[in-house]
Amino acid sequence: MLKEYQTVTNIYGPLMLVEKIDDAKYGHIVDIELSDGSVRHGQILQVENDKVLVQVFEGTTGIDVDKSTVRFLGKPLTLDVSPDILGRVFSGLGEPKDDGPEIIPEKSLDINGAPINPSARDYPNEFIQTGISTIDGLNPLVRGQKLPIFSGAGLPHDDMTAQLARQATVRGKGEQFAVVFAAMGITFEAAQFFINDLTETGAIERAVMFINLANDPAIERIATPRFALTAAEYLAFEQDMHVLVILNDMTNYCEALREISAARKEVPGRRGYPGYLYTDLATVYERAGRIKGKKGSITMVPVLTMPEDDKTHPVPDLTGYITEGQIILSRSLHRKAIAPPVDALPSLSRLKDKGIGPDKTREDHADLYNQLYAAYARGKEAQELATIMGEDALSDEDKKYMTFADKFEARYVSQGYYDNRTIEQTLDLGWELLSMFENVELKRIDVDLIEKYMPRFREKVKS
Amino acid sequence: MTEKRQGKTVKVAGPVVVAEGMTGSRMYDVVRVSKHKLIGEIVELHGDLASIQVYEETEGIGPGEPVADTEAPLSVELGPGLIESIYDGIQRPLNALYEKEGAFMSRGISIPGLDRTKKWQFKPVIENGTEVKPGDIIGEVQESSLVVHKIMVPAEVSGKVDGLREGEFTVEDTIGIVKGKDGETKLQLMHKWPVRNPRKVIKRLAPNRILVTGQRVIDTFFPIAKGGTACVPGPFGTGKTVVQHQLAKWVDADIVVYVGCGERGNEMTDVLTEFPELKDPRSGEPLMKRSVLIANTSNMPVAAREASVYTGITIAEYFRDMGYTVALMADSTSRWAEAMREISTRLEEMPAEEGYPAYLGARIASFYERAGRVQCCGSPEREGALSIIGAVSPPGGDLSDSVVQATLHVVKVFWSLMAKLAQQRHFPAIDWLTSYSFYKEYLKECFEDKEQGIQMDEMIKQAMGLLEQESNLLEIVRLVGSEALSPKDRLALETSRSIREDFLHQNAFHKVDTFTTLEKQYEMLKMILHFHKVALEAIDAGADTADIFKLPVREEIARAKYIPQEEMIKISEIRNTIEKQIGEVSRLVGTNVSR
Ligand SMILES: Nc1ncnc2c1ncn2[C@@H]1O[C@H](COP(=O)(O)OP(=O)(O)OP(=O)(O)O)[C@@H](O)[C@H]1O
Ligand SMILES: [Mg+2]
Repeated sequence: MLKEYQTVTNIYGPLMLVEKIDDAKYGHIVDIELSDGSVRHGQILQVENDKVLVQVFEGTTGIDVDKSTVRFLGKPLTLDVSPDILGRVFSGLGEPKDDGPEIIPEKSLDINGAPINPSARDYPNEFIQTGISTIDGLNPLVRGQKLPIFSGAGLPHDDMTAQLARQATVRGKGEQFAVVFAAMGITFEAAQFFINDLTETGAIERAVMFINLANDPAIERIATPRFALTAAEYLAFEQDMHVLVILNDMTNYCEALREISAARKEVPGRRGYPGYLYTDLATVYERAGRIKGKKGSITMVPVLTMPEDDKTHPVPDLTGYITEGQIILSRSLHRKAIAPPVDALPSLSRLKDKGIGPDKTREDHADLYNQLYAAYARGKEAQELATIMGEDALSDEDKKYMTFADKFEARYVSQGYYDNRTIEQTLDLGWELLSMFENVELKRIDVDLIEKYMPRFREKVKS
Repeated sequence: MTEKRQGKTVKVAGPVVVAEGMTGSRMYDVVRVSKHKLIGEIVELHGDLASIQVYEETEGIGPGEPVADTEAPLSVELGPGLIESIYDGIQRPLNALYEKEGAFMSRGISIPGLDRTKKWQFKPVIENGTEVKPGDIIGEVQESSLVVHKIMVPAEVSGKVDGLREGEFTVEDTIGIVKGKDGETKLQLMHKWPVRNPRKVIKRLAPNRILVTGQRVIDTFFPIAKGGTACVPGPFGTGKTVVQHQLAKWVDADIVVYVGCGERGNEMTDVLTEFPELKDPRSGEPLMKRSVLIANTSNMPVAAREASVYTGITIAEYFRDMGYTVALMADSTSRWAEAMREISTRLEEMPAEEGYPAYLGARIASFYERAGRVQCCGSPEREGALSIIGAVSPPGGDLSDSVVQATLHVVKVFWSLMAKLAQQRHFPAIDWLTSYSFYKEYLKECFEDKEQGIQMDEMIKQAMGLLEQESNLLEIVRLVGSEALSPKDRLALETSRSIREDFLHQNAFHKVDTFTTLEKQYEMLKMILHFHKVALEAIDAGADTADIFKLPVREEIARAKYIPQEEMIKISEIRNTIEKQIGEVSRLVGTNVSR
């Protein structure tokens, strides 16, 4: 029988102090039974002698000091796993939320996991085709990478993540894949959109969802991505699956952390976020990767909304310091109805070079993205100049690059959410767009490659 | 480790644990916490209470658990077997841990830093009967194809050597003894050293030689000295890690210690897979044969991250003491500072700026103080040098950040990475206008040919002058348009662009471009400035800038960086082509005039 205590002495914010406890352990969980019989869940943040500080996942509203009963469960937060978790929907605290059958656990895993030994990692280098040109062509994603989407309020990151979940594949391989989706504080509508989308394509059978909605308890969100990653690790490293993990929205997660930190009266860091935000985020993001000798992998796409579209805000800033690049969505492209509105210039996949080339995508891939990037950058500059000084002030050359930038946005960037382009289609489209330039202007592409590929597109454009 | 004094935990708050009954324990003693025997270090003492930073995850620990004092400070093992190793922040061998425990790190495991079973061929270099003192080299072990490991008499040991013999030994075997005033001391291939104490030297010397990195913007404009200190601050994605990796690959040091402090796991994997493949340009041997790696990634325990830079620097000092040139890279010192801050918060210390402890500046300063060119202890008389290059990751790229500021107080080289340059894909994104180096004057002495050195010095001044002029001219262009520029101004702009694109820009991932010898740097800069000089003369003679700028030789100038070292003669040939082609333009001007 677990010991019960009725010794709650203080409640403040999401925290609760319980006294006269003799066997509490740091990080373990508790059940709190309220006077009306309902049960909440908490986790021990600090133990000092017989005093225990507990964070309450469902919030402390309605908890009283006198009549609440606290039970110490003597274990950390765990997730029961078995292959049957596929196709299921869980709450943000890892409890089944659909009306599926009970899951008979194969084992029970600590949701904090353990760090991957750096010596055990295998380098991510397998190209994932997402069907989205701005990713595949310019910022290729590889298996085991963590590549976040930096979005903003009202931008269509939900459509984009659904597209990723639907389309991402490693070509020519009939391997097992799975999608793990963690929702943290997103709207019912957004979550439902994602679920429906997966249902329509049948992908739902290979998906595991952990859903904490905007109106669900905020503190719960601290645990949600950890549940999701525990499921992902199990599927990847014990069931040999290639897992795509989508964490949406990490900004809400960070706000929950901030709330706990403020209640603990910790010295706040920038914008009130705790000084350990970097470390905390790293314990989430670094769970992506590949491991030597294991067939599966975890590829992670965290989504975050940048408050005021500010990239230097602590959440995107610290995320960028941990992840292997970032895909940035642009409000101005969105206004121009370009979908997905990926801002190609500040976006970057740091592992791109490892996943492309002759045996992986095509020999012209690297030169091509360098050239497209350079030409687009030049065109964007011209666009800006034109808005300041008027189009007449542009030289003929600038005008040409500006035309290129417009075409590039309209055709390469904008493709809609249901166009699934092969890498060849994406690369060929790049050539086609570049065919408006003379060969000598394409300084970033090897002359031999120009000779090999370009004639076809010049023909095509002529006819 | 013998475990003597025993206390009991009373408080657990994340990485910090408080124990009672610890009277007699000393600051920085290593302790083992709970039945899991988690490794920790005492960081505060109040009466019989000790605050302990624990190097492993403390989940599941509560009050009342045993705490055993090992009565020794946090130390590293120094001896053969360091080279080619990869350790965590407290010198646990990650490869051995992986073999023993699997892919995920578990708790409470201690595997010694040096392999106890491996045998090394030891060869004495002194005769038995010799009087020795600390630091004296008594023998050698060929540790890797690149490193001869010098075995030195440990600190506080002196007397007459006896029983020293050649043979195969493990690091713990007795290789000889020293008979001193207070009795005999056994000599082994290894010894221990407390990481927070700098190793002793006879005296410090001014760093006056350049550590050649093969990175053009660094060597030519902002060089670092052997024994010097440098920092690389920049926002995320601007190239700090690539700079650190490039240096780890190409510096002309005997030993490289790379500390991945609170950064990505995949970056360490990158090093682990690349270094055994890459060849040292000087010896042709794999780079791994001179490297030691410390990896305490961002998701590994934060207290061990705090310790990782000390573990790294102590190992680096040890090789310096052998008389070697050592370079240590720490990526990123900000994560180290943040680890200090996390511990400090849990200790409920009074914070200074941005929540960092008040001693932040002092810790950073004493870390960089461990760099230097020195006269090593012991005989034979020898010099060693230890350079430190620290990456700094300021929030939002803001250089007023406490860690950046504290670092700039002590380091002598500042490579400032700019988000704007990185976004333009100008790499290395080192800003040529705000970066600096206090070691510039020593570059000229690196050239075998004295005359070349002097010329290089002058060319650097001229190139820097042009870049400064460029930023002023661009300001004018922004205000009044490019029509206002004289032909000479236009040339200045064009040459500056050439300096930026054809010289400063360097692709770390290109087979040839990744590394450039000083001689090639000299030739490249000379070629670019030669174009400037000849073009200037042509303009004086009335040539049109547009005609000069579109000469085909400019393409050759741009491609010179891809010319391999062995074919360097081709770069000097480009100088002739420049004269021929610009001469052609001038000649046409001449005919026009006469017509
Ligand atoms: N010298 C270079 N040559 C070519 N590409 C480079 C170079 N330096 C940086 N890059 C590019 O910039 C990317 C980011 O560089 P890097 O990982 O070094 O950034 P960082 O400053 O260490 O970022 P963080 O603070 O997030 O760790 C690299 O993945 C690479 O694509
Ligand atoms: Mg980095």
